[in-house]
Amino acid sequence: MTDIGKPNLEIFAETLLNQAKQNKDIIAVTSDSRGSGKLVTFGNELPDQIIEVGIAEQNLVGLSAGLAAGGKIIFAVSPASFLTARSFEQIKNDVSYSDHPVTLVGISAGISYGQLGSTHHSLHDFAALRAINNISIVAPADNFEAAEVIKKAVSYEKPLYIRYGKKPMMNLPRKNSNFEISKASIIREGKDLTLVATGETVQRAYLASLILQDKGIDVEVISMHTIKPFDNEALINSINKTKALISIEEHSVYGGLGECCSSIISQGEFNTKFKIIGIPDEYMINGTQADVLDHYGMSPEKIADTSVALLA
Amino acid sequence: MSNNIKYLEQKSLEYRKTTLEIIYNSGAGHTGGSLSCLDILNVLYNNILGITPENFSSSNRNQYIHSKGHSVEALYTVLCDKGFFSKSDLDTLNNFNSHFIGHPTRKIKGIEHNTGALGHGLSVAVGMAISKKINGSDKFVYALLGDGELSEGSVWEACTSASKYKLDNLVVIIDRNKLQITGKTEDVNPIEPLDKKFESFGFEVNIINGNKIEEILQSLELIPFKKNKPNVIIANTTKGCGVSFIENQVSWHHKVPSEGEYKIAMEELNKRLK
Repeated sequence: MTDIGKPNLEIFAETLLNQAKQNKDIIAVTSDSRGSGKLVTFGNELPDQIIEVGIAEQNLVGLSAGLAAGGKIIFAVSPASFLTARSFEQIKNDVSYSDHPVTLVGISAGISYGQLGSTHHSLHDFAALRAINNISIVAPADNFEAAEVIKKAVSYEKPLYIRYGKKPMMNLPRKNSNFEISKASIIREGKDLTLVATGETVQRAYLASLILQDKGIDVEVISMHTIKPFDNEALINSINKTKALISIEEHSVYGGLGECCSSIISQGEFNTKFKIIGIPDEYMINGTQADVLDHYGMSPEKIADTSVALLA
Repeated sequence: MSNNIKYLEQKSLEYRKTTLEIIYNSGAGHTGGSLSCLDILNVLYNNILGITPENFSSSNRNQYIHSKGHSVEALYTVLCDKGFFSKSDLDTLNNFNSHFIGHPTRKIKGIEHNTGALGHGLSVAVGMAISKKINGSDKFVYALLGDGELSEGSVWEACTSASKYKLDNLVVIIDRNKLQITGKTEDVNPIEPLDKKFESFGFEVNIINGNKIEEILQSLELIPFKKNKPNVIIANTTKGCGVSFIENQVSWHHKVPSEGEYKIAMEELNKRLK
């Protein structure tokens, strides 16, 4: 049986509201995005702790840097597609280079917006932000991680980008109930195969592990919620005990989780079978998030098939 | 003329000499734009801002954003004079591993924010000004923008927020030297009528000669111009101001003086020093 929770985006908004009620320095900054960011209640309950800039993402990020420089604890909330592309230079210069601890919240990330098309998809955000110095990148998998990362972000002293999807997520089991940015969550332990995933694809990896379990394959599932700084140790520990590794991400196959793993494997000279599953470099097929992920090999069944083939 | 005005005018001559010296010695710099904004920086740091090395770490003080970051040599010159760092530190400009580089960074004491890419500073200043309003502070945020920079759309995004949040504690100063790297601003991409543009964005506008100490001082002392409205000073300046053969020459945007040019420039400035 699977335990279905809420959309991570709703958990973000609830957690931020609770934190902000206890700390008047917390301010949400939005770009006509309080509805899509589930922050309508926040705006109603704490009107003095929300700044609205309208549809102006460059200004959203620059202004957020200024507020952070003034000592405020800033959560700049905007669709991930626009936040990490339209205001890329503000993230690079005004937040990261200038070292203001703004938390950038990319909402409806990946292909959450489904049929709205590539203008609204963020399949570039890991790759783009990984190449910027001095910013951490987190994609929480389930409600637990979605809430914990916001609590950590309140006192995080560096620029931080957090990516949220909008579909209800399974509440995943985990080996350890501590959450730390840059420390991977071990969802289940196994000895035959490692499935490492991030964000909303972790539940797909977990469901694949249940299918594989029925086939007698013992799978380790890792939620690599932090893309940067990457938890090299967690990955290395896992591939040292399993026979193969598959990475799964709602992101381009270029520059994301898979290539993080690839870099570690090749530079560490680990001899493991390895496969990256993500969005290929092609004109994207249209559909719901679920249909598109399934199409690109991320249904639990397809992940299980790929796993069996890789281990053969 | 008051003694203060005379004092500041002499300061401006000294600042121009230092700016030219560091550009000449380091072999790089934005000569024209640094010389156009020096008088504004002079008045700000000597009479208006009250920012000192001692109070720089305090949160309740005025703040200054150098949005036209390429004119950093002028800012370094004034900050050095105000004691934020030593002249020998400044003389490392553009050396390997020096923090004194061609655009401002917070690695240098006295600098609030890293700039260089144009069109960024005003949004940051708006955020700082909102923060001061929230805190009930009576301090101000000043931002110096170049006129070529005004083609950046993000500047106007920031203006909408400045107006929405009634930031009468925000002072935008435009270094209106009418030239940019390619040529005249009005040929490259016209920005006039600038006063009406800012007025329509909800600003209270004051137009001055930005190379006249007395006018700069008078204007800044009138801040806030009007309650609940952000302030903009359109400072008409001369690019390369103070050195005859550099003034109003597009080619001096980031040209470094030769040995001969440097000597002539220094002679011109020395003649006016008393």
